Amino acid sequence: MDRSVPGRTGAFLAESDVPKQELPPKEELRKDLKLPEVSEGDVVRYFTNLSQMNFSVDTNYYPLGSCTMKYNPKINDELASLEGFAHIHPLEQDWEVQGALELMYHLQSSLSQVVGLENASLSTMAGAQGELAGMLMIRAYHRANGDEQRKIVLVPDSAHGTNPASASMAGYQVVTVASDDMGNMDLNELKRLVSNEVAGLMLTLPNTLGLFDNNIHEICNTIHEYGGLVYGDGANMNALMGHTLMGPLGFDVLHLNLHKTFSTPHGGGGPGAGPILASARMAPFLPTPIVAKSHSGAYSLVSPQNSIGKLGGFHGNFGVLLRAYAYIRSMGSQGIREISSNAIINANYILCQLKDYYDLPYDRLCMHEVIISAKWQKPYGIRALDIAKRLIDHRIHPPTMYFPLTVDEALMIEPTETESKETIDHFIEVMREIAKEAVNDPQLLKEAPHYTPNTRLDEAKAARKPNLRWSGQ
Amino acid sequence: MTQDKPTFPYIPNTDKDREAMIQAIGAESVDHLLRDITGTVGDKLPSLLPRLSEMELQRDFRSLASKNRNVVQYPSFLGGGAYHHFIPAAVKAITGRGELATAYTPYQPEVSQGTLQIIYEFQSLVSQLMDMDVANAGMYDGSTAIAEAALMACRITGRTRIAVLNSLPPRHIEVLRTYTEAQGLEVYTVDSTSISIDDFTACLVTQTPNYFGYVEPMDKIERIVHSHNALLVISTDPIYLGMFESPGALGADIAVSEGQPLGIPLSFGGPYIGLFTCKTQFLRQMPGRIVGKTTDTHNRDGYVLTLQTREQHIRRERATSNICTSEALVGTAVVAYLACMGPKGLRSVAELTYQKSHYAAKQISDIPGYSLPLKGTFFQEFVVECPISPKEILSQLYTDNLIGGMDISDTVHNGMLVCVTEMNTRQEIDSLVESLSKITSQGKLQDEYSGPR
Repeated sequence: MDRSVPGRTGAFLAESDVPKQELPPKEELRKDLKLPEVSEGDVVRYFTNLSQMNFSVDTNYYPLGSCTMKYNPKINDELASLEGFAHIHPLEQDWEVQGALELMYHLQSSLSQVVGLENASLSTMAGAQGELAGMLMIRAYHRANGDEQRKIVLVPDSAHGTNPASASMAGYQVVTVASDDMGNMDLNELKRLVSNEVAGLMLTLPNTLGLFDNNIHEICNTIHEYGGLVYGDGANMNALMGHTLMGPLGFDVLHLNLHKTFSTPHGGGGPGAGPILASARMAPFLPTPIVAKSHSGAYSLVSPQNSIGKLGGFHGNFGVLLRAYAYIRSMGSQGIREISSNAIINANYILCQLKDYYDLPYDRLCMHEVIISAKWQKPYGIRALDIAKRLIDHRIHPPTMYFPLTVDEALMIEPTETESKETIDHFIEVMREIAKEAVNDPQLLKEAPHYTPNTRLDEAKAARKPNLRWSGQ
Repeated sequence: MTQDKPTFPYIPNTDKDREAMIQAIGAESVDHLLRDITGTVGDKLPSLLPRLSEMELQRDFRSLASKNRNVVQYPSFLGGGAYHHFIPAAVKAITGRGELATAYTPYQPEVSQGTLQIIYEFQSLVSQLMDMDVANAGMYDGSTAIAEAALMACRITGRTRIAVLNSLPPRHIEVLRTYTEAQGLEVYTVDSTSISIDDFTACLVTQTPNYFGYVEPMDKIERIVHSHNALLVISTDPIYLGMFESPGALGADIAVSEGQPLGIPLSFGGPYIGLFTCKTQFLRQMPGRIVGKTTDTHNRDGYVLTLQTREQHIRRERATSNICTSEALVGTAVVAYLACMGPKGLRSVAELTYQKSHYAAKQISDIPGYSLPLKGTFFQEFVVECPISPKEILSQLYTDNLIGGMDISDTVHNGMLVCVTEMNTRQEIDSLVESLSKITSQGKLQDEYSGPR
């Protein structure tokens, strides 16, 4: 903060109301503390101006594939700020926080209902941490069965980067499984790679291509036949709620992203929450704590029997959990299904309206997101990046680019159910216009965006000569 | 509007919209679009609790909230890693802005300069507060920051043993074990009087103020650690740093902290943020997001996510960590808090906390039957040895409408960890003292306990 003026302050604190206590010896005390000296008005204006440099769901259409940028209901923020939630201490006795525990208990069972897996722990603070927990549970399960030779985790080539990274943090060797021409997992490859050294498979359903793998039963059966377990990455649950159940499909453990599927704000990169759901046989290994209900109706924090342990200081991101629970309560059983139906209609509508303008790597019905490719634009020197940046000129947030890695020049579009037909029609119109511009005026795209505070930024320079804090320090 | 078909305020499309779209797709019905889904449940919906309108939701959640004792209505003396500090209204006003709260991770820098610049400020202020070279954009919380610091130390040194000072909070040690065990790393605890470190030890993990609230004498520890070419990891408290010597000055190679005290509500334990800093030489082994300053095609300053080749979305199974989040909105609160407070404000918070906790400690130790078993300098928490089990004491405090201390009788005989911050008035402290005075080794003198359990 370069507006600091010595002597200014943005806070005024009360005088001490206790008799003066002796301070520790001077050599233990800090000599110098560099922090900005600014007035409260300066601070508020500074941040407000910065906020206006952002795109956000509140201000822009955000069809960012795999991120489920749906509208974040305001009531949920209001509820999270109630004193009885925002200002309760995590180490209070169980009987002092029955309301919070009751809420968590009901969230556990609601999530269990939605995915069809019996048990849940809400303690994991993000999707990636849920993955790590799931992998550690799989490891603990095999060890409990004396099955310690299993060193390998299979991960499809279309998986999110967190999957292999999480498996690796859980001490596993990662082996990649290729996809077939239809965007499904290559079954022959899977059968070639599976063995009794495989601890499990990490699978996103629908996969990151936005496709429901037609062979899901056979995939799960193949893994189970060899004694392995199936881990579900719930990143794309927005497609399936109320339509199918992950447990009966063959998933043993699964994490959910409450900041995606259950509408909690993304916060510019957190906080999220990544609860982990488990089948009955995996439940004893869930991370601690979970909330239990006694016969008398009292709620308490308990540790599952063979828990993998604690993955965070306290009980998870409660402020995020309660927003997700409020969302579930406001949608109800019917609403939960409507979410997925509408998300799927919106995505397929975009697919059919854009397929004459952009290459479709997989020309089949999609689920809640659709992948297009800039392959047809490439001969004009236009890449997926240029299309993405040109969308910014129309105040639309770009889709996810260059992911999944298996698709050349990928643009991954997830409209979500919270957008109206008019918004989606406008997006389609803009995308069609950009496809024409790619042919007629490619330079326009390459120089985009034109109206943002910054044009394209030099990322190579940032990495080559890292400048990570104010200078002069 | 028909009554039999529910409407949803968060789903705008009408039946007419849907019909038009399904027709454009060339499908007969929505079921056609769902045909790839196997294992369908047909008409069987998940059995969730009945749907609530926004009015009902407010009522229902208020009722749940009222079943919790909050630290605003009840004087609290509970710390143990999460602290009740003053939060300026401006902090909430800033983090409540939709442009910040509802944005995604800033992968598209041209439309994320707000978030990116705030993270850059965060890195700057956290580095300065800790007096360390560089900070990342934030970890989940203080415990996971410690675990990631130990993993990082193992990567840097190529060693596999992690020494932990036994005064580290048990919660942190548990998280550290969960994170490291699967990678074949060994966690062992050492006492500050006999620190055993060998050539296989990657680091010593310490915390000051420690689990018991006391300042850990670091200079001797630092010499021992570095004489074995191991790394020194210091976990600390950010308010404490408003007054006491920084981890940088104490010789830390990696310094971390729970960031919650810096403007984050207690919120039953989360979301919080882990502050994570290190020496420049270790930068490329850091976990988590990092924002860097650069220029655009018109040579104007701007900010981007940088050094991403460390991260999961590029490096996959060879990434430094699987973490994606930086708890960005929590980090925004931290920046806003530090900006509002400034050096004088933070110093005032620290000194008020220090003054009040020392006043409380003195008053409590004057009560017959109560003593302070530990010697040394403490900051905001201290251990009280009680005449009877803290469990019974806590029941009495509950009856007297007070929250906490923390029962640590598993480590200190009849030990209760008492926390006092700038939020506690003298009146509150005096009522705690009065409450405790009612209990002696013979049991309760008056007011027979009638609370739960």
